[in-house]
Amino acid sequence: MEFRRAVLPNGLEIIAECTPGAYSAAFAFFVQTGSRDETDDVSGVSHFLEHMAFKGTHRRSSADVNRELDEIGSNSNAYTSEEQTVYHATVLPEYQQRVVELLSDMLRPALREDDFNTEKKVILEEIAKYDDQPPYGAHDKCMSAFFSPHPLGRSILGTAASIEALTADQMRAYFEARYSPSNMVLAAAGNIDFDQLVADAAKWCGEWPRHDAPRATARAGSRASFHLLRKDSAKQQYTLELGAFPAAADHDRFAARLLSTIVGDDTGSRLFWELVDSGEAEFAGMSNYEYQGTGVFSTYLGCPPENSRELWSRMDALLADVQANGVTDEELQRAKAKLCAQIVLSAERPASRLFSVGNNWIQRRVYRTVREPVELYRAVTLADLRRLLEAYPLTERTTVTIGPLTKW
Amino acid sequence: MRVIRRATRSYLCLRESPVTIHTHAFANGLTLLAEPMPWLESAAVTLLLPAGCSRDPDHREGLASLASELAQRGSGKRDSRQFIEDLERLGCDASASVAAAHTSFGGAMPAENLGETLEILADLTRRPHLSDDEFDDARQSCIQEVLALEDELSTRALHRLRFRHYPSPWGRSSLGTVPSLEAATPDDVREFVSQLYQPTGAIVSIAGKFDWPWLLETVGRHWGDWKPRPLADQPTGEPQGGYEHIAHESSQTHIWLAYDSVPYAHPDYYEARAAIGVMSDGMSSRLFTEVRENRGLCYSVSAFCHSLRDRGSIFGYAGTTTERAQETWDVMLAEFHKLAVGVTEAELARLKASLKSALIMQQESSASRTGSMASDWYHLGRVQTIEELSRIVDGLNVDRINRYLAAHPVRHLSVVTLGAQPLQIATA
Repeated sequence: MEFRRAVLPNGLEIIAECTPGAYSAAFAFFVQTGSRDETDDVSGVSHFLEHMAFKGTHRRSSADVNRELDEIGSNSNAYTSEEQTVYHATVLPEYQQRVVELLSDMLRPALREDDFNTEKKVILEEIAKYDDQPPYGAHDKCMSAFFSPHPLGRSILGTAASIEALTADQMRAYFEARYSPSNMVLAAAGNIDFDQLVADAAKWCGEWPRHDAPRATARAGSRASFHLLRKDSAKQQYTLELGAFPAAADHDRFAARLLSTIVGDDTGSRLFWELVDSGEAEFAGMSNYEYQGTGVFSTYLGCPPENSRELWSRMDALLADVQANGVTDEELQRAKAKLCAQIVLSAERPASRLFSVGNNWIQRRVYRTVREPVELYRAVTLADLRRLLEAYPLTERTTVTIGPLTKW
Repeated sequence: MRVIRRATRSYLCLRESPVTIHTHAFANGLTLLAEPMPWLESAAVTLLLPAGCSRDPDHREGLASLASELAQRGSGKRDSRQFIEDLERLGCDASASVAAAHTSFGGAMPAENLGETLEILADLTRRPHLSDDEFDDARQSCIQEVLALEDELSTRALHRLRFRHYPSPWGRSSLGTVPSLEAATPDDVREFVSQLYQPTGAIVSIAGKFDWPWLLETVGRHWGDWKPRPLADQPTGEPQGGYEHIAHESSQTHIWLAYDSVPYAHPDYYEARAAIGVMSDGMSSRLFTEVRENRGLCYSVSAFCHSLRDRGSIFGYAGTTTERAQETWDVMLAEFHKLAVGVTEAELARLKASLKSALIMQQESSASRTGSMASDWYHLGRVQTIEELSRIVDGLNVDRINRYLAAHPVRHLSVVTLGAQPLQIATA
């Protein structure tokens, strides 16, 4: 396994974890743009633009793009988050050159008016789908309540109204502002011919114009608030909370991930034993998300509405207990074993290594082998967790609850 | 030149993969399947017991799920908490599920922990406590699953479709209902487990890094002396079919259809699978192109083959806003009918590329192999190697697929929609 890196004159960085003999090769463009880089008048444009990359380029129609991705047997897709838009494809090694050419072409989409109007309907369907699905947009509402006016409070999908109002010209302007080669990374993992990759990237991406694509990464001010939202058609009550936690570049994030696992992993965590094992809650847990400059922990609870207030109080008491008394060394060791095994197992596939390697680079400009995070997790002590809790108290949270309840 | 060299090399990757899949039939009816993948650091196990929800007694639907839940709350020398904590300590990503034919337990883990994990699974399957103390909590957990399904609209509609499309008891939801779970007693669970947690027809499937003689000895030690019991024949009812609408005030209407196809063991199965691949695999597939890309009617549209041992079906799905649901249905159904005209060489070539690529990538993961191996054994009585599957894919041709399609037009549809308004649907 070897890490390689190159930079084109226009600023496009190319990185790869090369594993000769691997069965597959995985590639992705990580573009540093997402909902946090939007403004009200273009809310949802990053995600809509991600869809438009599949709708044709200056050399290819939409059907051509889809057909060619299938012709090389690729496992390909794309996603948009608050701060990244990622286009990825995994193929057999012999298709490296074709997939790199194709992904590169997709990163210069034609953004044709008629394709834009057809795809707008698909985006509106996607919004409708999430409207019907637990937790019924409560995640967006909680992010907004916690972060606004910080740009991380913006919705990734946007709203039906913002998407209806969006024009192709606005999208073109956003593309010009954000899709600079210096604002993206071409990452690869698996059976990669790196020299060929750099040569092909230079051929297909070397002429892309470079310009600044700045992002504000100030830490968000946090505050606690409570919001009750009605969803009459829901049978269960869904409660989500957010609180401040370490950012993507903070060393504390290893302790943060371990604490989330101890308190709220799907099984075997404190919340699991308190609320899920007894069959009182459908789910109850905690996880954490890291962004540039800031981070959050999130707790969630799903249960019948009539019990939700009581179960939430017990979750609140459990978090207060962890805040006051910490966790045990035995819990910490078990969480380490669990997380480290997950890291090692998922590293077997180039398709999953791609995301570790790419994310580490785009968030922190570092390459880490599979072993390094394992060692960093193993080094975390109870004193580290104590410091984490002091800096980021679990007792300060913004709460959104949604479901049939009319009062809390 | 480079491309040719690389292509040869990846062909070699496939040829070099082990063609030896070990199988061992124990005298008590349990079968061990094992595929060595020595290039991995992991191992995975899937254990199938003949305790599927099709064997839930009438008015006790959900009993297989309740038994699985209760068995995980203490077995051998471990209580509920120790069971979970030991699996975590071993880094085992464990899973449990119930389908029509089987209850399944398993997990993937670092290879060095396979032995200890098998020991835990042996306790789970042979020495579950099934204690009264844990019963209420286990039942309440199962009831939570039923309640949660109410809000999962697409899955809820699919459960209803399977109920209508398959003959009883094969279309049952494994979750049961709140009344059927409330009626269940600890004795019901103990009786179910004593009859059906047993080796007749049970399968232990393992893939990854292991030593075969050691594995054979270990599995034999854990399950070799397990006493078999006869499995009762299962009377099968008549499928209901037809169209049902579930009224729900949602933004989208969820549309599910099903019709008969051939089961996995049928000689034409791969022709049927290829045809559905042309319909739904990949972004250039017909449903994605016609329903989503060309018309923007929906975000999700798909089709897949599903197989019981004696019958197979095609399922199709689309989710779309109420006002566009009728048009979505019309376009989707027209595409299914159009299949009878046949698929093209270009469509098949693309499908082969994606199937081959997926087969080769299966070798990257032990967990993805154990499920396929166990399923092969249940349906075929043998395991197909990746090499063999690769030859099947190479051998697919348009003529055979089209002959199959002409002989199996879409008819006798079962349809379920869930949403604000019913659709105009003819199912005959």
